[in-house]
Amino acid sequence: MRVMGQMTMVMNLDKCIGCHTCSVTCKQAWTNRTGTEYVWFNNVETRPGLGYPRTYQDQERWQGGWTLNRRGKLTLRAGGRWKKLASIFFNPKMPDIHDYYEPWTYEYDMLLSAPAQEHTPVARPKSLLSGENMKISWSANWDDNLGGSTATMQDDPVLQHMSSHVAEEFEQTFMFYLPRICEHCLNPACVASCPSGAMYKRAEDGIVLVDQDQCRGWRMCVTGCPYKKVYFNHKTGKAEKCTLCYPRIEVGMPTVCSETCVGRLRYLGLVLYDADRVGEAAATPDEQDLFAAQRSVLLDPHDPDVVAAARRDGIPDDWIDAAQRSPAWRLIHDYEVALPLHPEYRTLPMVWYIPPLSPVVDVVTSSGNDGEDGRTLFAAISRMRIPLEYLAGLFTAGDTRPVERVLRRLAAMRSYMRDVNLGREPVEATASAVGMTGDEVREMYRLLAIAKYDERYVIPTAHAEIADDLEEMACSLDFEGGPGMGGQGMQGAGPFGSSSGQPTPVAVENFHALASRQTADSPYGPTTPGRVNLLNWDGNGRPDGLFPPGDGTGDGTGGSANGAPRGAS
Amino acid sequence: MDVSTTQIVLWVVVPYACLAIFVVGTLWRYRYDKFGWTTRSSELYEKRLLRLGSPLFHFGLLAVIAGHFVGLAIPKSWTDSAGVSEAAYHFLATWLGTLGAVMLVSGLVILIYRRRTTGPVFLATTRTDKLMYVMLAASILSGTWATVHIQILAGGYGYDYRQTISPWFRSLFLLQPEPGLMLGVPLAFAVHVTLALLLFAVWPFTRLVHAFSAPVTYPLRPYIVYRSRDAATGGGSRTPRRGWEPSTGRREKR
Ligand code: HEM
Ligand code: SF4
Ligand code: SF4
Repeated sequence: MRVMGQMTMVMNLDKCIGCHTCSVTCKQAWTNRTGTEYVWFNNVETRPGLGYPRTYQDQERWQGGWTLNRRGKLTLRAGGRWKKLASIFFNPKMPDIHDYYEPWTYEYDMLLSAPAQEHTPVARPKSLLSGENMKISWSANWDDNLGGSTATMQDDPVLQHMSSHVAEEFEQTFMFYLPRICEHCLNPACVASCPSGAMYKRAEDGIVLVDQDQCRGWRMCVTGCPYKKVYFNHKTGKAEKCTLCYPRIEVGMPTVCSETCVGRLRYLGLVLYDADRVGEAAATPDEQDLFAAQRSVLLDPHDPDVVAAARRDGIPDDWIDAAQRSPAWRLIHDYEVALPLHPEYRTLPMVWYIPPLSPVVDVVTSSGNDGEDGRTLFAAISRMRIPLEYLAGLFTAGDTRPVERVLRRLAAMRSYMRDVNLGREPVEATASAVGMTGDEVREMYRLLAIAKYDERYVIPTAHAEIADDLEEMACSLDFEGGPGMGGQGMQGAGPFGSSSGQPTPVAVENFHALASRQTADSPYGPTTPGRVNLLNWDGNGRPDGLFPPGDGTGDGTGGSANGAPRGAS
Repeated sequence: MDVSTTQIVLWVVVPYACLAIFVVGTLWRYRYDKFGWTTRSSELYEKRLLRLGSPLFHFGLLAVIAGHFVGLAIPKSWTDSAGVSEAAYHFLATWLGTLGAVMLVSGLVILIYRRRTTGPVFLATTRTDKLMYVMLAASILSGTWATVHIQILAGGYGYDYRQTISPWFRSLFLLQPEPGLMLGVPLAFAVHVTLALLLFAVWPFTRLVHAFSAPVTYPLRPYIVYRSRDAATGGGSRTPRRGWEPSTGRREKR
């Protein structure tokens, strides 16, 4: 046994309102830069739907993840090491920008600078890749809320695995949202696919990262990841991915998507797992056994043997304590309501989902029945095969039994807690029908419904001995070129033109992007410093270029040295 | 044999200068610009032409590089003693070389056409890229010209560069340069050699550095890479790195 820690997220899908706040805040924090316009570390897709990039779940086509070869050995589906090397000059299985969408902006400047004319000027869409006019035909979220789904829904890879009559009835039956980030898999296919060894899984907290200094742009990780959560930054020529906001996690803060989630449906906690058993579990022959195999790799942090082994493997006591209090562990193991997304990809994904009961409740209520009555709900769950099969296609490789079990637990909780809230005697039989006690139901209810901040996020901090080295502990404004330094920042180019030189910390690059956006001159394309766009000026500070250059004290390079707002530091 | 100053400049000074820039420049860039060290793949923008162009170009190039290695590094006496006749050598070298060159040149044409005509790819082309393509195309085309013009069309066994260019090339590495060997080398070859030397001089400063990170060790490592957070933690993002400091400190991870 080799004990390792894994920072794990659980999302309670019943509570997702599809507001995309998580995607937007994540983008503002991480991918608000040239080269990452199309990159959504966090996206929220409507199911049924095509997902992002389109049809990424169709592994026959994209060849992501792992599969078993004829001898039953675990291999990368897109081909092992030699095949990767042979196809390195052209990667045949990589989605291109049209499978995501071509990023664009609008020619806003037209609205201001167009000469007087008969017709109102319009801001036409301009491609951010070619600078040309373009026709917008797809985006990160085109089929949101089933928009246009009669035209596209047939292509949903999950639906295609179900029988055809199902696909047609589906739209009337139900719809839900699926927020997705990188799964920070225990057996990450992206890491395995990287020819340079630039991608790695952190031993302490399991976060999967790309070393920006070692990535050489072979773009094999994009193919390897079956969830298509590694993206290629087309400006720097390097892969980038969801970092689980490691600079925040290291100091005990939840990720940006969790922190800002409107539905408060995300849980973060540590789980312990046995790194020695990962390969064996991922090679489980029957796809439908993978869910159980994946759970069996996780270790019970209350087991004295596990605690002793964890200490031996150098896991600090406060981390073991955090694993014992972990909401993720409770939802996965104690209440058994969390399921992994697509275990059949064999990467052992570590973002888990509580499948939504609300579609069932909606149907029951709309047919005039009591949507909070345990028995009615139980009956409805087993009758509503279509949603059940769909959810099973997402979470359990098609096996409906685990999904049904979870939904029954949620239904039991609903019914039990209604009695409690109405001051009636709760029916213990409802709880025991799903294998729980009344107290367990109450505890689960507290975790799922009340969900206090410090119960949702139990994040042990990285150790004080190394606090100086942690990303966010250093004031990033002091970074060379950062706002505190008056350097060139993102406008400066490295010795070999743009995208060379030292990587700029994202916080610093964003600062400059925002500052230069205030002084944007060009209607589209990467914003460059220049004339002031007063529309974007909030009246604070003195943007560069507002006044003509003075006696040479200001350097005019759009940095912060001379009047762009200073971050509070 | 009399060796003029021009000869010394052309066949001693320029080669050593270019090779020195090549070696030192590459080391320097590796130390200071690991972040800029990438293929800058443009596959995301366009796939149809790249599918054809890139493998043609690169596989052709690998064949041509292998040919250059045999022709330049292996003395004629070795192949002679191995029993390879002049006719056989010329036949193999010329026809395999021509096959490689055809792939290489057609790949190059596709790649350059694609760069110029695909909007996003053209927009992502830097000035360094343009310089690189000019130098690269010049070397490749002059080499192809020399081969076609002198080795194939001129009849016979063509020009025997293994008596002149190859020993001169090796003499550079033995640190006893013999510029005299290059007297009387056909112009096409002289031009090709000079252009190639200049290509090596710009090499470290262009995207061509990606060739040095060909991931040959990939088959040797385990699939899953673990790293300790503490080991990966160097100086913290606050440490400003000066131009003369290596970029091996804390790494940015995304
Ligand atoms: C064996 C080592 C090499 C490997 C593995 C390799 C791999 C690659 C890859 C993956 C690309 C990016 C293609 C794309 O997706 O856009 C590329 C591009 C390129 N490589 Fe190489 N390469 C190697 C050697 C070389 C050499 C020796 C040269 C030239 C002397 C070269 C010249 C180029 C050029 C010019 C491009 C740009 C193509 C374009 O216009 O987009 N490569 N290479
Ligand atoms: S989900 Fe994340 S960790 Fe898993 S393969 Fe994809 S990028 Fe790698
Ligand atoms: S912020 Fe929360 S509720 Fe809103 S879409 Fe994201 S996960 Fe769903």
